[in-house]
Amino acid sequence: MKVIPSRLSSIFSALLFALFVLPAIAQDAEASGDPAKGKQLFNQNCAACHALNRKMTGPALANVEQRLYDDEGLEKEWLYAWIKNSAGMIASGDAYANRIYNEYNQAAMTAFPTLSNEDIDNILAYAAAPPPAAPVAAPTAQVAVSAEGASSTNDIVLAVLSFVLVVLIVMLYLVNKTLRQIAAANGIEVQERAQRTPIWKAIVQNQFLVFVSAVVLLLASAYFAYAYMMQVGIDQGYAPVQPIHYSHKIHAGDNKIECTYCHSSARVSKHSGIPSLNVCMNCHKSIYEYKGNPEGPSAEDLANGYTNEFYTGEIKKLYKAVGWDEETQSYTGDAQPVEWVRIHNLPDFVYFNHSQHYNVAGVECQTCHGPVEEMEVMYQHAPLTMGWCINCHRETNVQLTSNPYYEKIHEELSQKYGVKELTAAQMGGLECGKCHY
Amino acid sequence: MASHKTYWKSEAELSEKDQAVSHLKHNEFAETLPVNDFLEDEASLQSSETSRRDFLKFVGFSTAAVTLAACEGPVKKSIPYVIQPDEIVPGVANYYATTISDGFDFASILVKTREGRPIKIENNDRARLFGGANARVQASVLNLYDKFRLQGPLAAGADVSWDTLDTAVKARLDALSSTGQKAVILSASTTSPSYKALVAQLKESNPSVEHVSYDAVSSGAAVEAYTQVFGESGLADYDFSKADVILSFDADFLGDWQGGSYAKSYVANRVPKHGHMSHHVQLESNMTLTGANADKRIPLNNAEIKRALTALYKALNGGVVSESDSSIAGYVNAMADKLRTVGSKAVVVCGIEDVNAQLLTLAINDSLNSEAFDPAAPRYVRSSTASAMDQLIAEMNSGAVGALFIDKVNPVYSLANGAAFAEAMQKVGFTVCSTFSMNETAELASFVAANSHYLESWADAQPKKGYYTLTQPVIRNLFDTRQFEECLLKWSGSTDTYHDFIKGQWTEDVLGGHAWNKAVQDGVFEAAALESVDARFDETLLQAAQRSLAAAQSEGMELVLYTKTGMGDGQMANNPWLQEFPDPISRASWDNYLTISKADAEAYGLKNVNVANGGLDGSYVKVTVNGTSISNVPVMIQPGQAQGTVGLALGYGRKVGLQTEMQTGVNAYSVYFNGSKVQEVTIEKQSGMHEFACIQLHKTLMGRGDIIKETTLEDFIHKPASEWNEVPVVSLDHQEVPASTVDLWESFDRSVGHHFNLSIDLNACTGCGACVIACHAENNVPVVGKKEIRVSRDMHWLRIDRYYSSEESFAADDAKKESFDGLFGEKGSLGGFGTLEDPSANPQVAFQPVMCQHCNHAPCETVCPVAATSHSRQGQNHMAYNRCIGTRYCANNCPYKVRRFNWFRYNQNDEFDFHMNNDLGRMVLNPDVNVRSRGVMEKCSFCIQRTQKAILDAKAEGRAVKDAEFQTACSAACDTGALVFGDVNDKESEVAQLKESERMYHLLEHVGTQPNVFYHVKVRNTEKA
Repeated sequence: MKVIPSRLSSIFSALLFALFVLPAIAQDAEASGDPAKGKQLFNQNCAACHALNRKMTGPALANVEQRLYDDEGLEKEWLYAWIKNSAGMIASGDAYANRIYNEYNQAAMTAFPTLSNEDIDNILAYAAAPPPAAPVAAPTAQVAVSAEGASSTNDIVLAVLSFVLVVLIVMLYLVNKTLRQIAAANGIEVQERAQRTPIWKAIVQNQFLVFVSAVVLLLASAYFAYAYMMQVGIDQGYAPVQPIHYSHKIHAGDNKIECTYCHSSARVSKHSGIPSLNVCMNCHKSIYEYKGNPEGPSAEDLANGYTNEFYTGEIKKLYKAVGWDEETQSYTGDAQPVEWVRIHNLPDFVYFNHSQHYNVAGVECQTCHGPVEEMEVMYQHAPLTMGWCINCHRETNVQLTSNPYYEKIHEELSQKYGVKELTAAQMGGLECGKCHY
Repeated sequence: MASHKTYWKSEAELSEKDQAVSHLKHNEFAETLPVNDFLEDEASLQSSETSRRDFLKFVGFSTAAVTLAACEGPVKKSIPYVIQPDEIVPGVANYYATTISDGFDFASILVKTREGRPIKIENNDRARLFGGANARVQASVLNLYDKFRLQGPLAAGADVSWDTLDTAVKARLDALSSTGQKAVILSASTTSPSYKALVAQLKESNPSVEHVSYDAVSSGAAVEAYTQVFGESGLADYDFSKADVILSFDADFLGDWQGGSYAKSYVANRVPKHGHMSHHVQLESNMTLTGANADKRIPLNNAEIKRALTALYKALNGGVVSESDSSIAGYVNAMADKLRTVGSKAVVVCGIEDVNAQLLTLAINDSLNSEAFDPAAPRYVRSSTASAMDQLIAEMNSGAVGALFIDKVNPVYSLANGAAFAEAMQKVGFTVCSTFSMNETAELASFVAANSHYLESWADAQPKKGYYTLTQPVIRNLFDTRQFEECLLKWSGSTDTYHDFIKGQWTEDVLGGHAWNKAVQDGVFEAAALESVDARFDETLLQAAQRSLAAAQSEGMELVLYTKTGMGDGQMANNPWLQEFPDPISRASWDNYLTISKADAEAYGLKNVNVANGGLDGSYVKVTVNGTSISNVPVMIQPGQAQGTVGLALGYGRKVGLQTEMQTGVNAYSVYFNGSKVQEVTIEKQSGMHEFACIQLHKTLMGRGDIIKETTLEDFIHKPASEWNEVPVVSLDHQEVPASTVDLWESFDRSVGHHFNLSIDLNACTGCGACVIACHAENNVPVVGKKEIRVSRDMHWLRIDRYYSSEESFAADDAKKESFDGLFGEKGSLGGFGTLEDPSANPQVAFQPVMCQHCNHAPCETVCPVAATSHSRQGQNHMAYNRCIGTRYCANNCPYKVRRFNWFRYNQNDEFDFHMNNDLGRMVLNPDVNVRSRGVMEKCSFCIQRTQKAILDAKAEGRAVKDAEFQTACSAACDTGALVFGDVNDKESEVAQLKESERMYHLLEHVGTQPNVFYHVKVRNTEKA
């Protein structure tokens, strides 16, 4: 037997009510609120703490108006007052206000005095009748089929082509055989080719050729050996599997989060810093599941298994690491630091300072780290070799004009070099001791 | 034509029948090689299952495997905080003001922390007093990471919990109330108002509690004299910046006299300004740092110093100095005249451990009305008297003491009658020893309460009347330790933390309405002005004092015990930086030794010799005082040691709780009877030679006045600079031209951007060595150990050379050299230079800090085959370690000998088992500076990590760099202002102005290296005293 939790059952009954009983009344509700506008307002103002069908910092809001009326006998007026000034309601000693306040760890709800009654009506309308979720499964299935179809067509074409080739070869052999038979029948002798010196012997006997090819071979192998040696210890393209699948594409690309929001110490420190988990929780307290982009996951994502469920699972890993209990919406204190695999490793004898480049020089993060906003899996974009550093120092102009530090130096140096712009190299950016100490 | 000559290898080949020859014809070696020694016996070799082929297979396989494995980069993990503390940004240092007060050293300091780890001690410039960290304080941060520190409380050598300990103590305290026995808290003299209040609080709940102060090295006599005259326990304080004449009777005030920290005020008036500087006369037995800096130093034994002081007192009070004491009469009269003329601008200080002598000193200063004498605000840094300890031992033996709580001190080691104390401890039955690491006393205690480091603790102090300091923790307890004050709080039944307690005390008694947070941030707090005090001299006591001192006579040899700049009272003995720190005077590290005058050494047949590897060896003696002997004390012949006296440093010879390498020297405390630093002694030569680790073997300048230029104040005022600061000349086309005009190298334009220079004022440098340790800490300089130091492989980037004059003065050396003529004889250059090698019996001394001179035209750069060392536009000579291949050409071509070679890998190497060989010790490393590996050259970088940081800060904030922002570790550590670092292209900067000084000169200027370090001619105020 199935036991439906009481809250669910009440939502269920509310839904039933909405479906069958409400249409008549709903004329009213719809007249007083526009769910589309309401959705927008909800996302702007409420979504940080509330979800429709899920308890978060605050209670679930699906059909809240009806629920309050049914369960508590509270009118809409109560909701207007509560939303505009919850603290005042609590202070005034309103029974339900205090109950809900204590139930949610005494987390005070932000007051929204700017919302008009009409706005609240819209939000309530959205909460009462949310637009149906886009059917996600169907299109993905279609995409999968079409992708399969594409690959099988290729196979068929290839099979046909190879069959044709085989047929041609067989035909040629048969023609040849037939011609020989005809010739033999006609008494014409087919002249066999005389045995000649095998080509390899000829080449070996030609000392000049041997010498030249030896030299070429040596040079070529030296070239490749050199190329091989030079890439030892260079990990360009290094994209290790991380303990939590963190997608820069979703964060920096889709959601356009500033790099230094998370890597905040890049502004002031030599380290860019891997954000501590409390920074993740700034957003992920309310973002508990991944809903994907509106069009749904691409074929490529699906092929990699990056489904919405997958991403939501990764968010759960974060909760486990930081010790966040979703049920009680509180920290358990049982934290497990995440052991990220470090991608960009400079040798110990190099001093590199992020703030110097990001903050002072105004270099974009992407200059060295590549198109991070497109990286589903983070990888090392630049070779991080000394030649690469030096090259940039030679080509990049120092931002002299906007910084009072450079005023005097700029004046004197530009006189010396007779140019308006100075590269980092001309400012002493190639001196050994600037990076090696 | 082919030659058929036969070359005979030996005469034996002439005889055809010689067996040896025929044997060697067929055998390469005369004897069978002892292969079995390393291949074991043949039988087992034959039966081994590993054939030669297998062996080669293994070798081949493992080589291939290693090669393949090397191609794969190791996977590095990064583990960020779960919740990052607000004040920590990885990669950015935080500074906290705190105070060290360990019973011996006292200083207001800033602690630099990185990612929460304290890594460096800096001076606290908000502290008006005690703001200069000496070498030991600079090194104290390493003690925090001592792998020998206690990690939790112990009972009978086994780990126990704090609860067990607390319960036992409480039970004992309760039991004592019925038995009527006392509970005694034994600590070093404390200046902490909160500590005293805490003891008082404990007393309230347990009336039997008593507090006894004990200092390993006491200033008991001075405390008693002050108490007699001013009616309060303390030490008279002095401000040497206000004195024109300083007369010191055996007071090593640049060392540890009365808690030290006098260098800043002393030097304030030692750098000639407007033709004026103070005149300093020092009467002493051992050659001390203070004596070395004096204008006139008179070596005398203790009795003579006492008599001289009495005579001076007499002369100042209208008496006549008897001519019978002719050895001192002459200069005592002269000194008295001088004091009378200068009057209130003179000051007399006294380090004689004798109440009478201290009384007379106070009386003289009082009658002179000396401005430098500040009796109204005494120092409280030492308050113990020797008698208190004797009384405690007696009480312990009589059974009157039922519980003993020992806070940090180690009397079993540091008392002459330590064995008696140990015995008495057994009688007490219940002893709790709160200590940082295991020691002799803790071994005998019932409980050992693991104490926290001062960087993990809260504390306060009042080192001087009306002047308060705070100690705040800069890191959480690394181990399960507890500071003693927290224990006292627990035992008194309080639930407060010591932080709450101090805060309460300060809000009530100290701050007077000022903000607590501001006081914590500054680390210091000054109360309002104090009322003056009246001195009450008892004339009869002074008369008695005079009589007793005048009768002082020394019988035989005198032993004068002292504390070394590096070791102090010995509580930081497990600190490798301090062990390796070369003593400023003797330049020896890893040892204490008996200093003796050359004449006495000859009389006893004692020797110092340099052996083939360059090491210094010294004879052994047996030292006997009062029937107690110390055997195998190495002898160091010390120029300037008063004849008839020998010196020996305290603080060495500890064994318990120290790493084997740090168990150096002999324990001089065993003859430190009655806390008196002067003892009668007999010396007996023993066989064998001691191997010293001395980093400077050549003691004199041999008349090369251009290395340390010096002049007298008179010449400095009256003669043109060209006479006393001569620019060296070289011969060019048979013409003498100034050396700076001739150059092998092309000059670069350095007028743009920053150009760093370091100014070193030889007048302001006292040789204290704080900069040496600061450099050690800042630049991750490795410790190499005694054996390596002995063969001159020390790694210090900054050394302070110490030179003695061979004649009476350096000027006389120069004059003597100039008068050389011909080759042989006294006046010849061969014989003459020979005599110049020997320092005088009472030499002048000069200190000269030398680090990489950052030559604009550096000889090292031109010889590097791989261009690993190169020059920057900012005047810094760069050293790229990763580029260096270790040819050592640069070191050979350096005229200043400042380059250091990594002969070994000094980190993570069991052969060098110091702090870089364990995880705990490595926490002190500066993450901004590379740890060098084997086979590369290293040297002073002008702290490029700090200059780059200052520039970056300015760029980030969009402003020009302020002058004081450019600092090297050494210049920041220098409390006296001897080292000043900065940008000479900034004409407003202090260093640019110092470069314009007439006293400015470069080291070995004639070589033409154009260094970026410059010195200031040393001026001596050698007016006739």
